[in-house]
Amino acid sequence: MDIKDLTIDKVQKGLIEKEFSCLELTESFLEKAKNENEKLNIYITITDKEALEQAKIIDDKISAKEKIGVLDGVPCAIKDLINTKGVLSTSASKMLSNFVPPYDATVVKKLRESGMVMIGKTNLDEFACGSSTEYSYFGPTKNPYNSDYTAGGSSGGSAAAVAAGTCLYSLGTDTGGSIREPASFCGVAGLKVTYGRVSRSGISALSSSLDTVGPFAKNVRDIAHVMNVIAGRDVNDSTTPDVSVPNYVANLNKDIKNLKIGLPKEYFDEGIDAEVKKSVEAAIKKLEGQGAHIEIVSLPMTKYAIAAYYIIMPAELSANLARYDSIRFGLKPENAGESLEDYYFNARGEGFGDEIKRRIMIGTYVLSAGYYDAYYKKAQKVRTKIIEEFNDVFKKVDVLIGPTVPGPAFKLGEKLNDPLQMYLVDSLTVPMNIAGVPALNVPCGMTSGGLPIGMQIIGPHFSEDKLLNIGNIYEQL
Amino acid sequence: MLSEDDVKHVAKLARLRLSSDEIKKFSGQLSEILKYIEQLDEVNTQGLEETSQVTGLENITQADEVFKKCDGNSLLLCSSLPKERKQILVKSVIKTE
Repeated sequence: MDIKDLTIDKVQKGLIEKEFSCLELTESFLEKAKNENEKLNIYITITDKEALEQAKIIDDKISAKEKIGVLDGVPCAIKDLINTKGVLSTSASKMLSNFVPPYDATVVKKLRESGMVMIGKTNLDEFACGSSTEYSYFGPTKNPYNSDYTAGGSSGGSAAAVAAGTCLYSLGTDTGGSIREPASFCGVAGLKVTYGRVSRSGISALSSSLDTVGPFAKNVRDIAHVMNVIAGRDVNDSTTPDVSVPNYVANLNKDIKNLKIGLPKEYFDEGIDAEVKKSVEAAIKKLEGQGAHIEIVSLPMTKYAIAAYYIIMPAELSANLARYDSIRFGLKPENAGESLEDYYFNARGEGFGDEIKRRIMIGTYVLSAGYYDAYYKKAQKVRTKIIEEFNDVFKKVDVLIGPTVPGPAFKLGEKLNDPLQMYLVDSLTVPMNIAGVPALNVPCGMTSGGLPIGMQIIGPHFSEDKLLNIGNIYEQL
Repeated sequence: MLSEDDVKHVAKLARLRLSSDEIKKFSGQLSEILKYIEQLDEVNTQGLEETSQVTGLENITQADEVFKKCDGNSLLLCSSLPKERKQILVKSVIKTE
């Protein structure tokens, strides 16, 4: 069996027609995962035992001639800040390096009920703070296309897991680009959903007004399959609205004649790598050939998005991460100290890495007395302005397309000691989190150096079906 | 600009034990980040409301029913600290002489 060319549809067909058993399939993917993991450091935990047990359940189902669902037996990987019952879930932090959650995140529960075979838990920047997976307590994930380069972040492990062929889909989180940027760097499809479209219950919270959960896959159709399972209202996450969930797969392959595509001129500015710009423009030409209309638009607030983000995000993160005190869960500090207060200080000083400490301190600073209005309130007003700009532009065009990241993957270590340069990598992904709108990364070419290039298709709230349709059409061209 | 004393103060508010090397390093890095975010001063936000929720939801309520994700014992197992009578034993809050 060649697992390289498999897709979710092909797995279902193969299992039903008995081309292979789920056990054979799972063993092949586990072997691939172990080999690639040695080279690329994709997984924090590989869950062989659970995967093989689950595969057997699927095989029994098939033997008993029970009907199997589209995700039954499909190998997947889950970002390690998403709780998996009974399986280590570290958030790539020393703080949670011994944490075995007693319950599943809602998305994991839904995928288990749909028969997923979990290959393992993937690496990330500690608490999903970073753009290269280099801030992981467990070391960086390397890019499957060239191991001298980063896989992007923070969901670098989940992107690399799919790109390296160790699973067919994976879950990541996107607070400021953490799905789209690694998807772009690793040449896979990745969807940042509308704020609230997918439940976040059971996932380490960073920035409550920005965090989203979404899938990675080799192609857009597979993303649509996963979305059909994970999207929707969850009573355990009150930010998931009661908005009906379309059948994302059935919505694919609609023609795009007269679709109005806006190109924000700020996304094609001088800061954009020439090869990236050329590839994205060529992709847009192809869509134009399908009858779409192209219009140049302007989002002048784009340049302020990172500044607003690095107030809102750390402010909310500093509040969310206040819960990590190593009492109810979390690693006990080596030096427990004399008093409870000492214990808190030492647990947090020992348990968090540099980037988390930086963000907690920025957040604490901008929320402190006397600074709240100047920073946080100001940023929330700028946020309103960014949202108004998106609302206005979506009155004129159906979707926006632009590069996902200004450049291709950067080298390991290149930005490690310059936090601000690391932040600026996300200049084109952060605006969508601030506005809560969905965006889909679709691979659209390679650099002369052999690194993937990605474009993002951006739409108004709850337009995932439209974005997936366009992405899927592009992939067939 | 965040001086080393400012960093010490903020770290205290955030309950973070920092080494002297960290304080020095963070003072420079955080100053640079704060300088960058201060460019928001250029944006005219007069008359604008703040946004904290983007999809327009407010006051989500539900019936006050117990739905358990896991039991107390499995939660207690998550703690690395000693337990006594189904409670976690922590260091004293008030230092005794």
